Amino acid sequence: MAVVEVRDLAKRFDGVAAVDGISLASTDGEFLVLLGPSGCGKTTLLRMIGGLEKPTGGQIFIGGRNVTDLPPRARQIAMVFQSYALYPHMTVRNNIAFPLQAVRMPKAEQEQRIAWAAGILGIDTLLERKPRQLSGGQRQRVALARALVREPAVFLLDEPLSNLDAQRRASARDELQGFQRRIGTTTIYVTHDQVEAMGMGDRIAVLEQGRLRQLGTPAEIYDDPADTFVATFLGSPPMNLVPAEGGRELLGFRPEHFFPYPTDGHQHDDLAQFPFHIHRVEYLGAERLLYGEIGETKAVARFPATVELPVEVGSTYDFAVPRRDLKRFDAATGLRIPAGMLV
Amino acid sequence: MSAATSAEALAPAPPEVESSGRYWTDNESFLARVMLLPAVIYIVALVGVPLVIAILYSLSDVTVGDQSIDFVGLKNFQDALANATFRTALRNTFVFTIVSQIIVLVLANILAIVLTSEFHGKRLVRFLVLLPWTTPIALGVLGWLWTLDNVYSPIDFILRQVGLLGVGSPLGPDWFGTNALWLAYPDRAQFSVLLVHIWRTLPLATVILLAGLTSIPQDLKDAANVDGAGFFRQLFYIRIPLLIPIMAVAVLYGIVFTFTDMTVVYILTRGGPTDSTQVLASWAFYKGVDGGNLAQGAAIALFLFPVLVGVAALMLRLARRTETSG
Repeated sequence: MAVVEVRDLAKRFDGVAAVDGISLASTDGEFLVLLGPSGCGKTTLLRMIGGLEKPTGGQIFIGGRNVTDLPPRARQIAMVFQSYALYPHMTVRNNIAFPLQAVRMPKAEQEQRIAWAAGILGIDTLLERKPRQLSGGQRQRVALARALVREPAVFLLDEPLSNLDAQRRASARDELQGFQRRIGTTTIYVTHDQVEAMGMGDRIAVLEQGRLRQLGTPAEIYDDPADTFVATFLGSPPMNLVPAEGGRELLGFRPEHFFPYPTDGHQHDDLAQFPFHIHRVEYLGAERLLYGEIGETKAVARFPATVELPVEVGSTYDFAVPRRDLKRFDAATGLRIPAGMLV
Repeated sequence: MSAATSAEALAPAPPEVESSGRYWTDNESFLARVMLLPAVIYIVALVGVPLVIAILYSLSDVTVGDQSIDFVGLKNFQDALANATFRTALRNTFVFTIVSQIIVLVLANILAIVLTSEFHGKRLVRFLVLLPWTTPIALGVLGWLWTLDNVYSPIDFILRQVGLLGVGSPLGPDWFGTNALWLAYPDRAQFSVLLVHIWRTLPLATVILLAGLTSIPQDLKDAANVDGAGFFRQLFYIRIPLLIPIMAVAVLYGIVFTFTDMTVVYILTRGGPTDSTQVLASWAFYKGVDGGNLAQGAAIALFLFPVLVGVAALMLRLARRTETSG
């Protein structure tokens, strides 16, 4: 177990910054997710932590040790790749044994470790098979076993669920998180899928264009986004952003906090009022999405299917957002304006 | 649109009969036959017919002078085997092929690994490595003929400069002359033929292995790095095992080229000195075409057949395996 820390880490490919000065630290045993759109530098960051890419600036520490210039094998890490990268000519047993053979572990001890790792991941019966005889989920577990068997200080996982079909992915999320909780090893997990990030991460680091936009728990990232990028990257549909204060500010609110203004005749001081012109209703089974405009700006409202909705397409209604759920952003920089601060 | 067609469009639609003839280009079984036909004709005319003729000749007493086919059973094969030169040629054919392909395999692996790494002038080196393969065999061998010349050989010049050739050579009294006479001594002539075969088949093997090496996914190399494998462990446990099917392709090509080749021997040594570098192909040519004994020539050439059938079967198996596993 170990803390992973990077300081001012940078990587330039032919003058283009893939990672542009990132500093962050995990806690011991944490499940830390690197989340961002494709090309944001998350995989490059992971590969630098693993020693597969050489940084062009900054430092990497694992367990307090500066590993910036060490080769991968000296870093006490294990990695699971998107493709799983199982050695196709070796049996599952030999795949798992490979890292142990590389450190010349005695045969008997190897067998013990393989049995232990295979037991944890439930692949005892697959040991004599070749990777091509396995399903996607089984391959993923073999890749995890190969990573687990050397008892690394850190797990690095690069989109390990992206090759599974949607149904299998949900149960794999559950298994993977349960696995990480049981062994308690610090894990850095790269994904572009916000559901994986929200569902599994102890904390999420949101990356964009090689920079760290926000680091926080899933609730912090979702409820208190640091800027408009984080606000609109997380959540589906994303946060609504409506211009305010003569265009100097943007008001952000989640679609689920946007509902018809109560028609009980009372004045509601805790609600902000918006005229919402509805032009489409999308029925999604469990919920409904209302698409429309507030003035010139597009906005979305989300309702559980269980709630009665007396609205008509093509009409304008008074809608409301609880004031505590309104987030203010600087229109020029996109940065969050702390609550209560006057601009 | 013309007036006639618009009038047709307005008229009540006549029961339209779809003519299947219009779609003959969609008929795959017909197209397949038509498109395979040239290849079939080519193979039958240039491979099948000569093979049948060779088998007929080898069982008869045909000569250039008397082309009537009278069957004599296996006499031609017995005569061939009884001939000492034939036995030398048979042994040479196998030795040249096996030794050259072993050396080519080792060198091609090394070259391919060197050429996948990044260094200045890599493109130039790749080009130079490929050059022998692009040169027509006869021209290349002519170049070697001059390189191994009895008097002006540049190899001799270099050996003299470094003191390995000439009186007092550390290699022994055989190397005391001013020239090595590469093509005049049996052992040196055999070595020369081997050298040219290696020079000729190395480029193709290197290119095939290079393609194989670059097709190994980067993820596997990364995984091996993370798993703690050093260069030699990665080489012997990951790269080479993954390359074995590709190496088999390279070696099978090399075997076909070397086993059936007569150009190298014909230009370099004419089978000499004293028939010490004869191979089956050249011996069949000298006996059958130069000597006029077509039946003997055919019988000698047919000794190539079993090995080539074996190689072809292996190639087909490899091709099928890549098809099914891909």
